[in-house]
Amino acid sequence: MQSTLLNKMVKGLSLALVTSAVSLSAMAADVAPAVVYSDAGKFDKSFSEAVWNNGVKRFMDETGIEVKEAEPTNLAQVEQYLKRLAKRGHSPIVAVGFSQANAVSAAAAAYPDAQFTLIDMVVPEPNVQNVVFKEHEGSFLVGVLAAMKSESNVVGFVGGMDIPLISRFGCGYEQGAKYQSADITVLQNMTGSTPAAFGNPSKGAELTRTQMEGGADVIFAAAGGTGNGVYQAAADAGKYAIGVDSNQNHLHPGTMLTSMVKRVGEATYQSYKAAQNGTWAPGVQVMGLAEGGVDWAIDEHNRGLVSAQMEARVNDVKAKIIAGEIVVHDYMSDNACSY
Amino acid sequence: MSRDTRLAWINGLLLPLMNILTAFAATAILFLLINVNPIEAAKTLLYGAFGYGEGIGYTFYYTTNFIFTGLAVAIAFHAGLFNIGGEGQAYIGGLGAGLVVFMLFPGLSPWLMIPASIFGAMLFGGIWAMAPGYLQAYRGSHIVITTIMFNFLAATLMVYLLVKVLREPGKMTPQSVLFPDNAWLPFVHDVLPAFGIEMERSPLNLSIVLALVMAVLVWFFLWQTRWGYAIRATGRNASAAVYAGISQKKIIMVAMCISGALAGLVGINELLGYHHRIIMNFHIGYGFGGIAVALMGRNHPFGIVIAALLFGTLYQGGAELAFEWSNISRDIVVVMQGLVILFCGALEYMYKPWLVRWLAPVKEVQA
Repeated sequence: MQSTLLNKMVKGLSLALVTSAVSLSAMAADVAPAVVYSDAGKFDKSFSEAVWNNGVKRFMDETGIEVKEAEPTNLAQVEQYLKRLAKRGHSPIVAVGFSQANAVSAAAAAYPDAQFTLIDMVVPEPNVQNVVFKEHEGSFLVGVLAAMKSESNVVGFVGGMDIPLISRFGCGYEQGAKYQSADITVLQNMTGSTPAAFGNPSKGAELTRTQMEGGADVIFAAAGGTGNGVYQAAADAGKYAIGVDSNQNHLHPGTMLTSMVKRVGEATYQSYKAAQNGTWAPGVQVMGLAEGGVDWAIDEHNRGLVSAQMEARVNDVKAKIIAGEIVVHDYMSDNACSY
Repeated sequence: MSRDTRLAWINGLLLPLMNILTAFAATAILFLLINVNPIEAAKTLLYGAFGYGEGIGYTFYYTTNFIFTGLAVAIAFHAGLFNIGGEGQAYIGGLGAGLVVFMLFPGLSPWLMIPASIFGAMLFGGIWAMAPGYLQAYRGSHIVITTIMFNFLAATLMVYLLVKVLREPGKMTPQSVLFPDNAWLPFVHDVLPAFGIEMERSPLNLSIVLALVMAVLVWFFLWQTRWGYAIRATGRNASAAVYAGISQKKIIMVAMCISGALAGLVGINELLGYHHRIIMNFHIGYGFGGIAVALMGRNHPFGIVIAALLFGTLYQGGAELAFEWSNISRDIVVVMQGLVILFCGALEYMYKPWLVRWLAPVKEVQA
């Protein structure tokens, strides 16, 4: 008895929410944005946190509009949350991470009026905006810098979970390093084969020490929270490390050579902003160096480590990639690092 | 009431009830500390888990997984083995289910396809558990160490297969192609209308029936067959069992094989029932959750079903809590589940001496 009453109340409420959202979106001034973080969690110091810091939080601070956030713990929950958000009239809904692709596909088909923005993967639905990044281009740049900085002519790469997306970082880095110094050795390790590989700093530190024993003196981590262990180990040994996703230069000033930033927060922010301005459009956005989607970070924390000559060289390579003179091979195009 | 009956009531009903209430009380204190009204939070949790069709569907969908892994842990436990490899066995079970689907020709009747796939899941899960079983039985490698290592082997193998071998051509996501329709286990919301009941869409599928059947079969096997007796005897007192002519090696192999086969069925609920393709990490958390479920359910199928329902409720209700309350993060939900495990599992006998002294004291013998 009570449950049917509750049911009716909730149905009425959600109906009211939906209708109010519809009338609001007709005005195209107000949006009811939402975000579903990756299952690594919102505060992973890296990927999801960049979405929060530079996207969600920024949008909330600037506009005062609340962004509804959801943190799923398993894949079934991702779809549940996406659908729930759409049902309650939230739009656009930003889905963070490649593993949400199937869920976005299902939710977008079930709620054709809602707008979804998927980060890091492509789903061909008419109401999905897909934002993918050319991580290999940014990694190429930091590879060039690593090779210039290295005295031993050995550099290292520590990846997170062993999936093609992460190999794309490693492959771009390797190409950059070899472009700069053809006979350089690039040591590469993946942390693991489960999502836990993105949150295992002690294993990251272990791999870093092993690579340093092998002579590496610059190590690039593309491993989410695992990277914190990599940076720490490099700092302890007085070697250099390269951060990823967020600008992590400030973590260990003096040993953080640079960071390969991937502007996922910016993509999130732009999606909300576009919806607010009524210019949100579905389709695929490929964010490379030219679009400012990936870049290398230079600020007051690493200025002392990067000489003027290095900076000029990296910016020169960057211009060449943008101009198309250097084509960086994308690991995910053929699942191999052949270049 | 005789003392034995009273002890049985204390063990079977009173203790679990008091433990769970203590866990809830601890959670309530935690909620008060973070400025959440525990009563309102409990309402959100219960409404989320049982208040509407979709929520109920999710609750029972999670419950299904926990029944499978709970039974898996229990069977091994009865043989005195602590199988903590449920994660890997579930993962590989899913691989078996999927491989059977891809190997059989696509036009096959679902009446053949689905049972064959279920068999595939059990076979693969069973074999995956038998390897550590063999190492324990014939080489003396401790099962706890080997099963947990096999979890990582399973994860590595699956990543390799999904990235290099089974990946859908032309797609970047490490996952297989969609299963053909005839390998889709029907959703409950598609079946119930035939009986005149409407239900909201949810991932709940007919695997729940399979789970309940398995619970009955496990009960029958453990308490009504010679094999079951041999397993329980080995678990209670291995040397006595050997003395009675039971081969310990054989029992270890059989128990692990059945245990792995049951865990492998998680792959049926997840892949045939919901995702309809082989994906990565569908199994995360259920293998380890099964340990808590078996512990709470006193390793008895009936108790396991109840404990699995409790965990399903906490999963779905917890997801709802984290979603609706901005100051309850998903980590608080994990803490909540942890408190339930702590009080129901680790501190299982906290109240027991006190309860026994009060309700079932040993009568002093008059000299």
